[in-house]
Amino acid sequence: MTADSANPGSRAELEAARKLAERVCAGERSAISQALNAVDDNRPDHREARLALLDAVASHARGVRIGVTGAPGAGKSTLLDALVSGLRERDRSVGVLAVDPSSQRTGGALLGDRMRLSSSARDAGVFLRSLAARDQLGGLSEVTGPSLDILSAALDYVFVETVGVGQSEAQVIDVVDTLVFVAQPAAGDLIQFMKAGILEWPDLFFVNKSDLGDVATRAAAELRAGLDLGQRRDPDRVPPVLTGSARDGLGIDALIDGLEEHTAYLAARGLGEARRREGRSKRIEHALQVRYGRFGVAKLGSAKDLATAIEADPSVSVDRMVDALGRRIERALTRAEAPDDPRGA
Amino acid sequence: MSSIDSRPERDRPWMFRTYSGHSSAKASNALYRSNLAKGQTGLSVAFDLPTQTGYDSDHPLSRGEVGKVGVPICHIDDMQVLFDEIPLEKMNTSMTINATAAWLLSLYIATAERQGTDQSALRGTTQNDIITEYLSRGTFVFPPEASMRLTSEIVSYTVDHVPNWNPMNVCSYHLQEAGATPVQEIAYSMANAISILDVVRAMPEVDDETLSRVFGRISFFLNAGIRFVEEMCKCRAMNQLWEEIGRDRYGITNEKMLRLRYGVQVNSLGLTEAQPENNIIRIALEALGVTLSKRARARSLQLPAWNEALGLPRPWDQQLSLRTQQILAYETDLLEYGDLFDGSHVVEAKTAALLEEARAELQSVLDMGGAVTAVENAYMKQKLVESQTERLRAIESGEMTVVGVNEYIEAVDSPLVEEGAGSILKVDESAEREQIASLEAFRNRRNAADAAAALKNLEDVIKNGGNIMAPSIAAAKAGVTTGEWSQILRDVFGEYRAPTGVVAAPVAEASEDVNQVRKRVDALSETLGRRLKILVGKPGLDGHSNGAEQIAVKARDVGMEVVYDGIRLTPQEIVQSAQDEGVHVIGLSILSGSHGVLVTDVVEQLKDAGMGTIPVVVGGIIPDDDAEKLEAAGVRRVYTPKDFDLTRIMDEIVDVVAESNDG
Repeated sequence: MTADSANPGSRAELEAARKLAERVCAGERSAISQALNAVDDNRPDHREARLALLDAVASHARGVRIGVTGAPGAGKSTLLDALVSGLRERDRSVGVLAVDPSSQRTGGALLGDRMRLSSSARDAGVFLRSLAARDQLGGLSEVTGPSLDILSAALDYVFVETVGVGQSEAQVIDVVDTLVFVAQPAAGDLIQFMKAGILEWPDLFFVNKSDLGDVATRAAAELRAGLDLGQRRDPDRVPPVLTGSARDGLGIDALIDGLEEHTAYLAARGLGEARRREGRSKRIEHALQVRYGRFGVAKLGSAKDLATAIEADPSVSVDRMVDALGRRIERALTRAEAPDDPRGA
Repeated sequence: MSSIDSRPERDRPWMFRTYSGHSSAKASNALYRSNLAKGQTGLSVAFDLPTQTGYDSDHPLSRGEVGKVGVPICHIDDMQVLFDEIPLEKMNTSMTINATAAWLLSLYIATAERQGTDQSALRGTTQNDIITEYLSRGTFVFPPEASMRLTSEIVSYTVDHVPNWNPMNVCSYHLQEAGATPVQEIAYSMANAISILDVVRAMPEVDDETLSRVFGRISFFLNAGIRFVEEMCKCRAMNQLWEEIGRDRYGITNEKMLRLRYGVQVNSLGLTEAQPENNIIRIALEALGVTLSKRARARSLQLPAWNEALGLPRPWDQQLSLRTQQILAYETDLLEYGDLFDGSHVVEAKTAALLEEARAELQSVLDMGGAVTAVENAYMKQKLVESQTERLRAIESGEMTVVGVNEYIEAVDSPLVEEGAGSILKVDESAEREQIASLEAFRNRRNAADAAAALKNLEDVIKNGGNIMAPSIAAAKAGVTTGEWSQILRDVFGEYRAPTGVVAAPVAEASEDVNQVRKRVDALSETLGRRLKILVGKPGLDGHSNGAEQIAVKARDVGMEVVYDGIRLTPQEIVQSAQDEGVHVIGLSILSGSHGVLVTDVVEQLKDAGMGTIPVVVGGIIPDDDAEKLEAAGVRRVYTPKDFDLTRIMDEIVDVVAESNDG
């Protein structure tokens, strides 16, 4: 292991983490729950167990990770409900991570998304965890990435739902393989989103509420035109624009087909691996930025040096790498503070 | 001086009713007959939750709920027993039924025919108001569009075939129970009526003359709270607004059709578990509020029993409520005068103020697309949750006085509830078993081929867009059951889960007490390694979600992460949520009296899933000896209506979680 570990943890702890990871990979419900609790646990003396667990699942991300985004009221929850039911009909296991955007200064949060999932979507093949965005106002909670790592080690499909406000999209593409944008017709959001440059990220568009008729058709046409003109994440591929109605279950099968096609496309071109590597690097950089700021991260050298350091060992978890690089930054900062240290910068 | 002989002519009193029904059709029939013998002048049928939500008594979700909050009606023979020796041609029957209204009305019509009475002679009311169910009471089943269709088809059927029937009783009662202010009660009930009238007006078979008759048959069901002067003004304001809507929106000119007709059930929200005898006075004053002004007098009145907050009332308790009405109508001089308040500046000013605000609030609902939109986007629900939160805050802080609860607590023990007084009715636990046995016997004796054919016909008609009433009446006669009828509709329309309205509730200004609890939540979260997380849910079929919502909002305000799972959950779903979400504690709320079976189930299943260490707390209408049983079964705390201080409840939940995570 290239990443230097200062606190290797007890043998028993590591063994327990490995066992738990095995149970997660076998799809055991209680293990998934326990593992999600563990990655959310911020007690210092539980840190090693957490890292060991994430390392152990790092190479087992078999499930497809899908981000679902769009403005409030676009029908994301209803669409998720329909997608979950549709995937269950195809006998796929599904995980849903619902990130609640409302952060309160009290730390409290009401996680209400579960409510909209119908009973038919609550069977043994569906796992649902809601997370508060906590201090990451408008963005993803820090624990989103690790939680997805756990869920995708266990389940065929994992969804994460975010509100389309900009910041969360930029972050969500680092943790998903495919991003779906849900648009509601005639809300004027499309133009807003085009202006905000958010439309360059999604791999698939779903214009919801097709029962509204002409407005929906028009919105889809506008969207297609906008995509032809605009910047795209993948210049070789124009993202499909599908229409349907999540409420009435229309267009859901086509959307699931679209998701599967995109997965196959990524695999055929080797893009899936590249995206995950890129996402991993960005998550590590982002976490280091949050913790140490630009000044701290600069202690690791140039952007290229940082990239080399991060990619040196792709097998360890994001968090382990953040820890390892963080310690290097801390050492550099300590040396800098001691002026008579001859090794100082 | 006036002598007995020279007394002025008295108005005819309003109709006296008592909302009742329990255990079985037979037991409820006996109760109805005894109430009628005591001078009650109409019937008000309470159905149990499986009947209200379209399940037969032997469905898994019915477990523990059969006969609890009302009578179970699975088929025509049940209905026939319910009205045995009660001639329907003379009776005026109100049925609090919504999602399955078309079905229960069909059973009623079929039963009348068995008695030899034609449907055209029937008088009564089906509540048939789904909007309120989405907002508050929770016994909806189908999505809004399908529900609107069902309601409007009942309206268009009855207006021609059962002309004296009130097909829809717009129910603002539950809005006030959910915390609605008088302005909200007026505005939302009007928006609600408009949403149905607009659908009916658009039906091809409905011409102007029919629309006028439909308008005249829509009735309202209001709540009357303890602020009885304001409540009286609310009724006067509604009279005026309804007439305006009729004239301006629907072009109704017939004066008779424009008159607002409404019944009242007085407030249960304000009835207290502490010093429960005080409720006798509260109920009388609330009754006065809706009878005092002749112009705004209720057409029918239902009074709750003084001990409702303790459990199911006994016949004696209901008798006391009936006597209250009789004293008001027959002993006092109330019915000897014209309107006492015409020309009163005070009353007119208050009425005008309510009207103005209500018009504005109604307009904002209409502007966003009407009541259905305001349900789907949770606007009305959020407003209600906000009002309720504010009300509870005012009680907690002492700004609002509730005698015996937050003031004047010092009291001698009430002889009415002392040990051995047996102050509530216990539903015989064998009622469910007997009902299931009788249902099985019915299924065996009916002609299965007839029932299947009737169901097939029902399905065809619904799918082809025909009116649901005729095939439903045929199905009732053919021996179809409540569960079978509903399943066809569930298959065609789908099931709906309504938004909870809690997510957007604003964080309340924190009091000193709240800050104390927040600090404890923060500290415990540190120890736990992640933020204290609570699951709030309602097992069973009871949809009264106000209490659970307030607990959810309060838990958020003291800094917990709250998973609010909403209503109608099986114990298994609750256990699965608790596991998926990784919660530290589970809070269950049940008001239907089925806590015994459901809560014990949750606790047992948690143990089986290896989650026995997750503490469970329960809130609801739970008699003391039941609370002891629940605690013996492993429940950590039991809260009842007398525990109004939500902050203290939160403080105790912190204790419970701390204890469970020790060591």
